[in-house]
Amino acid sequence: MTAPLHQLGVAELGRALRAKTVSSTELTQHLLARVAAAKDLGAFLHVDEDYALARAKDADARLARGEAGALIGVPLAHKDIFVTRDMPTTAGSRMLEGYLSPFDATVVDRLNAAGTVSLGKLNCDEFAMGSATENSAYFKALNPWDRTRVPGGSSGGSAVAVAAGLVPATTGTDTGGSIRQPASFSGITGIKPTYGVCSRYGMIAFASSLDQAGVMARSAEDCALLLSAMSGFDERDATSVQQPPQDFHARMLAAREGATAAQPLKGLRIGLPKEFFPAALSTDVNGAVRAGLAELEKLGATLVDVSLPRTELAIPVYYIIAPAEASSNLSRFDGVKFGHRAKDYSNLIDMYEKTRAEGFGAEVKRRIMIGSYVLSHGYYDAYYLQAQKLRRMIADDFQQAFQQCDLIAGPVAPTVAWKQGEGADDPVKVYLADIFTLPGSLAGLPGMSVPVGLGEGGMPVGLQLLGNYFQEGTLLHAAHALQQATDWHRLTPAGV
Amino acid sequence: MALTHDDVSRIAKLARLELSGDEQAALLPQLNGFFSIVEQMSAVDTSGVDPLYTPLSAVQEVALRLREDRVTETDQRALNQRSAPAVEDGLFLVPKVIE
Repeated sequence: MTAPLHQLGVAELGRALRAKTVSSTELTQHLLARVAAAKDLGAFLHVDEDYALARAKDADARLARGEAGALIGVPLAHKDIFVTRDMPTTAGSRMLEGYLSPFDATVVDRLNAAGTVSLGKLNCDEFAMGSATENSAYFKALNPWDRTRVPGGSSGGSAVAVAAGLVPATTGTDTGGSIRQPASFSGITGIKPTYGVCSRYGMIAFASSLDQAGVMARSAEDCALLLSAMSGFDERDATSVQQPPQDFHARMLAAREGATAAQPLKGLRIGLPKEFFPAALSTDVNGAVRAGLAELEKLGATLVDVSLPRTELAIPVYYIIAPAEASSNLSRFDGVKFGHRAKDYSNLIDMYEKTRAEGFGAEVKRRIMIGSYVLSHGYYDAYYLQAQKLRRMIADDFQQAFQQCDLIAGPVAPTVAWKQGEGADDPVKVYLADIFTLPGSLAGLPGMSVPVGLGEGGMPVGLQLLGNYFQEGTLLHAAHALQQATDWHRLTPAGV
Repeated sequence: MALTHDDVSRIAKLARLELSGDEQAALLPQLNGFFSIVEQMSAVDTSGVDPLYTPLSAVQEVALRLREDRVTETDQRALNQRSAPAVEDGLFLVPKVIE
């Protein structure tokens, strides 16, 4: 093989493993050494070398028996939001320091069964609340393109690990953009499927009607391979979609009707919501996104103007609904059944209040406060109920737009990754930067971030693609076609 | 309508969060800053619109799924309690609540 092992993607590694040109043990050792050398990036909260090597040995035995699964022996790592039986799970919070889950999340369980080798647990914003991974209670994650900048969040560790060549793919979760935005900031490919496609069982809950698991990797093809293995109906999740497992890789490859070799996307209509291209959009992001769109046009796609008139309203709607659900979900952290308990207290209520004061960080407290307020007597109708009604109007706007197009495209974020510490004083300013990812999240639609070049300071820019419900295949097909024709997804930070 | 210090104390009580004076002082302007961007919501006429509690119900009937009523879980008490702060004889311990 010519390229170093850590530059290869999931599909290539799978082929090399099955051809026995490399063993999972060799590959795992190589990546573990890289993880150890890149400790200062803050990507991992927990690494378990012995566990990883034991799993790699199992995978090598399966490969030796001639098993042909696409993911057997492929190393990865999980966002520390997924509970794992064999490693501690913290959700990036002091509240869960040292917590050992009695079971594996369904997503983890399925990827284990597929033969993947987990190296460890990845850093993230506390309980997935944040856009920069600066809210991790343990340490920040640094953007490998420029260590003075944030990698995005909340799945920041997941993005850093892939961008820095520590693992070829990672799991992430997306509640309001937490896969798409760090993928964009770190120059990798990420997909959040339709709400309900991946089981939420064992995914530590933030906002249950929005939370969805997905994949972060270096190509659409690698995303498709992992998503096929980790998705599908799970009776342990009440909102899991009841449909048989899907082969997203086959759907990604399936030729469109009327497609030609030169124009694989012929007939594909891509809608550009005018609200996703406001005057305030930074010129570097606009330029890179337009360049990506021009390539899609060359591949046969047609660009059409559409409108999502309530895009700006998605910010308050999301920041009412998500904290409301969070305040309810996080009430389970009471110092009784698991997690931190305060040392000194005078009675039960005092124990709850001190335990939660000590265990939660500032952003989590802020969101619990917002959520408790909007759900409280006298305010519920004006805030929570009104937000849920607006959420339907936002979802209906998408259905209107999808009458004119097959996919929707725009930027993932208004700017490239910002400097560490820039969002610290003004939480509302950071919320506003989620404007382009929140509408799709509220509607529960599938979305991707695909690299389309570099902007200010040589930082990566992602193109956001949104599909209608269950159109992951169309999304992956378009992203794959783009990546067959361009090299943006192969750009890596210096030294990787 | 702006929140007051009393509101912040009351919400903290509801949320079972002990907040220091400094934390409360920092939160008040942050919460008010947040609710200033929320105000634009109330201007929209949503009469006759059904709330969207779960996203897929935007396009399809979403029925609450019930599983068959049979025993599916085995006894995992020891495993479930291994991360509990205080247990005794298989029970979770809390401060005395009945005198």
